[in-house]
Amino acid sequence: MTDNTQYMSAVIPDAISESEKRAARDHRHDAWFRRTMLGAALLVLLLLASIAGSTLWGGALAFKTFGFEFLTSTEWDVVNGKFGALVPIYGTLVTSFLALLIAVPVSFGIAVFLTEVAPPWLRMPIASAVELLAGIPSIIYGMWGLFVFGPFMAQYMAPWINDNLGALPLIGPVFQGPPLGIGMLTAGIVLAIMIIPFITSVMTEVFRSVPIALKESAYALGGTTWEVVWDIVLPYTRSAVVGGVFLGLGRALGETMAVTFVLGNAHQFSASLMMPSSSIASVIANEFSEAYTDLHRSALIALGFLLFVVTFIVLAIARLMLSRLSRKEGL
Amino acid sequence: MSKADNENLYRSRAIKNKIAMVLSCAATAFGLLWLVWILLTTIVNGFAALNLRLFTDMTPPPGSSGGLANAFYGSILMSGIGLLIGTPIGLMAGIWLAEFARNTKLGNAVRFINDILLSAPSIVLGLFVYTAVILPLSAVTNHQVGFSAIAGALALALLVIPVVVRTTDEMLQLQPSTMREAALALGVPQWKLTLQIVLRAAKAGVVTGILLALARITGETAPLLFTAFGNQFWSSDLLKPIASVPVVIFQYAMSPFDDWHSLAWAGALIMTMFVLVLSLSSRLLLLRNRAS
Repeated sequence: MTDNTQYMSAVIPDAISESEKRAARDHRHDAWFRRTMLGAALLVLLLLASIAGSTLWGGALAFKTFGFEFLTSTEWDVVNGKFGALVPIYGTLVTSFLALLIAVPVSFGIAVFLTEVAPPWLRMPIASAVELLAGIPSIIYGMWGLFVFGPFMAQYMAPWINDNLGALPLIGPVFQGPPLGIGMLTAGIVLAIMIIPFITSVMTEVFRSVPIALKESAYALGGTTWEVVWDIVLPYTRSAVVGGVFLGLGRALGETMAVTFVLGNAHQFSASLMMPSSSIASVIANEFSEAYTDLHRSALIALGFLLFVVTFIVLAIARLMLSRLSRKEGL
Repeated sequence: MSKADNENLYRSRAIKNKIAMVLSCAATAFGLLWLVWILLTTIVNGFAALNLRLFTDMTPPPGSSGGLANAFYGSILMSGIGLLIGTPIGLMAGIWLAEFARNTKLGNAVRFINDILLSAPSIVLGLFVYTAVILPLSAVTNHQVGFSAIAGALALALLVIPVVVRTTDEMLQLQPSTMREAALALGVPQWKLTLQIVLRAAKAGVVTGILLALARITGETAPLLFTAFGNQFWSSDLLKPIASVPVVIFQYAMSPFDDWHSLAWAGALIMTMFVLVLSLSSRLLLLRNRAS
């Protein structure tokens, strides 16, 4: 063998060294190619770290000045340089919670409709229509909320809510307020419409992944459609459904433009859902380009840091829950 | 269990099922109601405000009429540069994930982080560009350069990257491994295999990802508010503030002037139609490709 190759290279030395050279060159190029691609991928990791790092650095002044009080104070006084973030934090949490309260059952209903109820020819068009809802830019939701839905709320919904829900004991005060049309309830509803498509598409997708044999067994035992959905499909996909809900929550927490239009940007604390409030994202959007003191700007960047950390945690939980189902599918 | 009990149980189960099915249909109708309502509002108000001056005149001061020409130009410029910066990075990272890091720890970590960036609040990206690009730039140039078109384009590029990474990764993984093996057996180097064979086979899917990214950044307002800022006049200087359609819509819709409101609606209609056509056509492209 060795003799043979030596003989060969003696006869055609140029050809051999030529192909060896080419192999070496290809190898070198491949190594560079691989390194470049890896570099781009690492850039994605670096991006996340630098977003967290730069917002923390930018907000350091506010964190240092106010300490823990930044999270617990309701005072947001630009003129006197006092910044406490409790009202925007509260507004963000309440509107997102309201959005989930409305969006989760509706999305579940649509997902059941798309996977179990609708005739096959109707599924595609309805699924695409729901996806269209996700494609509409958030600023359009905001305009619609401000010019159309807000006045609608003020004229028709608010008086009714005041008269009926506002009279209830205990939770009554939550629903009492002037019929402004804008406020936490309106923002919660607009957010709910925005996250319905996200939660629906995750739910529809995982409901479809349930093994047919499992569902047909239940039907063969005489289960109704509802029983199959509630007792077979939902337990099988539970972790992914929770993942989808968290994905929607992550969207709702960070949504900016739609909320900015309909929340009213008020810094007064108010328990009523009918009153204007503010959210972390809306405060940043409204005030950042007009923030002239370093402290004000730093307080807004600190708010951005908080928002980023919270959405990171929520979205990380969502991804972990979603990947749990795909692992089950793999078995 | 007596016969009557049995029948009662049967009936109650049937009724429960009926109620659930009706509620499920109602939920779907409820979801579609908003789509129709929002689209109708945009179309009716937008059409009333449409005219040719939109594309020829600059954004007006309060109380006078005008158009959105500078805002359209700014949006196109920034989206274009954003795509030019974001697409290659996203493609490369997607190629690495699909071709070199299928089941590796680092690959899964990058996928995980990318999925989070995909839904991270866009306003935080704006803050990031502000602190990491605009502040240093302004310090270096002695406050000559601050809010600028290039900063806005960078913020948009950050939104493009995760979308392109995700679709590229998915689409390349769909390509059969026999194709790769056939090429490798012929002695094709891997970079050539990836760029000229696998990427070409997955072209339709990858292009869809880029179109989806464009659809996403077209309507984005939050990251532009304090990166590109806004400009009432025509500007093509990358180092100066520049107008963009979403930011103009935001400012005009929040204003108390009727002229401005109708301009905002016209901009909203054009933007929404562009985004919807883009996302529909990219979906069609994907479907047709899957069918063939």
